[in-house]
Amino acid sequence: MSTPTTEPRQSWTFSKETNSEIRRAAATGIYDIRGGGAKRRVPHFDDLLFLGASISRYPLEGYREKCDTSVTLGTRFAKKPIELKIPITIAGMSFGSLSGRAKEALGRGATMAGTSTTTGDGGMTEEERGHSEKLVYQYLPSRYGMNPDDLRRADAIEVVVGQGAKPGGGGMLLGQKITERVAGMRDLPQGIDQRSACRHPDWTGPDDLEIKILELREITNWEKPIYIKVGGARPYYDTALAAKAGADVIVLDGMQGGTAATQDVFIEHVGQPTLACIRPAVQALQDLGLHREVQLVVSGGIRTGADVAKALALGADAVSIGTAALVALGDNDPKWEEEYQKLGTTAGAYDDWHEGRDPAGITTQDPELMKRLDPEAAGRRLRNYLNVLTLECQTLARACGKSHVHNLEPEDLCALTMEAAAMAQVPLAGTNWWPGKPGF
Amino acid sequence: MPTIDMSKTELREVNATLQSAAGTQATEAYVLENPRGSHAVAVGLNGPLDVTVKGSTGYYCAGMNKDATIHVEGSAGPGVAENMMSGTVVIDGDASQYAGATGHGGLLVIKGNASSRCGISMKGIDIVVHGSIGHMSAFMAQKGNLVVLGDAGDALGDSLYEARLFVRGSVKSLGADCVEKEMRPEHLEILADLLARAGADAKPEEFKRYGSARTLYNFNIDNADAY
Repeated sequence: MSTPTTEPRQSWTFSKETNSEIRRAAATGIYDIRGGGAKRRVPHFDDLLFLGASISRYPLEGYREKCDTSVTLGTRFAKKPIELKIPITIAGMSFGSLSGRAKEALGRGATMAGTSTTTGDGGMTEEERGHSEKLVYQYLPSRYGMNPDDLRRADAIEVVVGQGAKPGGGGMLLGQKITERVAGMRDLPQGIDQRSACRHPDWTGPDDLEIKILELREITNWEKPIYIKVGGARPYYDTALAAKAGADVIVLDGMQGGTAATQDVFIEHVGQPTLACIRPAVQALQDLGLHREVQLVVSGGIRTGADVAKALALGADAVSIGTAALVALGDNDPKWEEEYQKLGTTAGAYDDWHEGRDPAGITTQDPELMKRLDPEAAGRRLRNYLNVLTLECQTLARACGKSHVHNLEPEDLCALTMEAAAMAQVPLAGTNWWPGKPGF
Repeated sequence: MPTIDMSKTELREVNATLQSAAGTQATEAYVLENPRGSHAVAVGLNGPLDVTVKGSTGYYCAGMNKDATIHVEGSAGPGVAENMMSGTVVIDGDASQYAGATGHGGLLVIKGNASSRCGISMKGIDIVVHGSIGHMSAFMAQKGNLVVLGDAGDALGDSLYEARLFVRGSVKSLGADCVEKEMRPEHLEILADLLARAGADAKPEEFKRYGSARTLYNFNIDNADAY
């Protein structure tokens, strides 16, 4: 009779995944670089629930009564604010990181759904301008491709201070994606790594930024809404300072927000979850008397109409999607599983966007791979997805008795966990309390 | 010659007037009086207009200039001629930080000294400084020429790409990946042309040329000590 043995036990601390990273680091001597946002589990919108209407609230009829979704961005100073049919915009993603066809698809889908898309680093492409009825032109530290003509062709200008995947970090587009066209737009030689700086070259703080915004407004006749995009680091102060600097719109990107490429350690260990960023940002605007006058756009991990509705209920004016939009176009589609396997990954986990070998033909500059994406069909998929997000958001808003999605409020929510209750400042389910609530 | 008194005219009206004149290819030369250190003066001009500013300016004078000729009879604050596309900007006095930052083209002449980060991230602009420049100048400079008749501060040309740097005086230190390079005949020719256009009294042979060693062009972990 053999002696009983215990099952081999894997360490939680030194998990298989952790050990594989140690072995990879030991073999290569370099940190892991990847695309996307934080993959770790963090408190998120899933940890919130809508209460819905009952005796104390009455709902709107789901298929008959109107629930408005329109939003106007840039009402503070700009002569020509942007009017959108839906409160969901497409986040900035660079040409260079994405193919021209992918940018075209984003423009097509966004336009059909009645919303805007955003350029990204590397300048404005004809594919995107031509197919985007409303296009936000990012003003980034690198200033690749920046010129006054495109500035005037834009519908809004987004001064990018940071992004959720890497607050305080710049970017690097590796040489394998630097084709002749990408290199030409960025005024750099073909095939070399192109560094996108982590801070702007000609201003350093909020007082300088205020003057920079003055300059941009003077160049564009005060017509264009000026957005300021910040990563979710210190949302109260960053929001207050952006408003003080003169922003019309503040884009706040939590740590689940994606990037084309940066160090995994940066993505996973810097910044705050999107859920934790919204209330402090809204509070900052309320303290300044600017909530709704300066619009707040929240991004980072928005996937469903429920996420949209919850972000709005917490005080956002709109949300922005990046990763979800790429998935709608066809990114990480299981139909390419065989090719993902060849790259040592699997559908859903593919994140080496910087290497330019995307089987779905989206995050690549390879001419053959790019052909795999039909921009018209992909644009239709994005439109469909945006429509579903909107319908879902309306469904929830009507259930809460709201005739406009902006009428959703924190009072419509409860939280499933203590962490989410603390971050969202809504009651833990079954209680009237959240951690940090005044009076308790 | 139309004259605008900036002590009596709002900045928006000043720039709108100049932008409109530049856009219609006006041949008149404009004079701005009493700039009093105002920010964003004569920005976004989009045509061959001559503008003279009688005094010193604040931040971002001549920003994103395209084809216009702007002459500041004084000193300029931070970011003068930032992101200039073409045309000419001349500063009679000194220039503060980030002069010519990210400029894509045109000629920026600074007859005095320029502070730190002169020509940062320049993308094709030509900059001629009659005096000296401060630290971290030409940081990540991509294209174009930076000519300095005086001295250069610390970390000149750090993380330089393909811009050419010409310095007549001393260089306190070179930044990562910036090295002295051979001055070939074609460089002397470029330099002679720039010196002439900038009204600079100097001989090309008196300068040294600096450029990128190109060792940091593609990320290599073995270069980590360079940062």
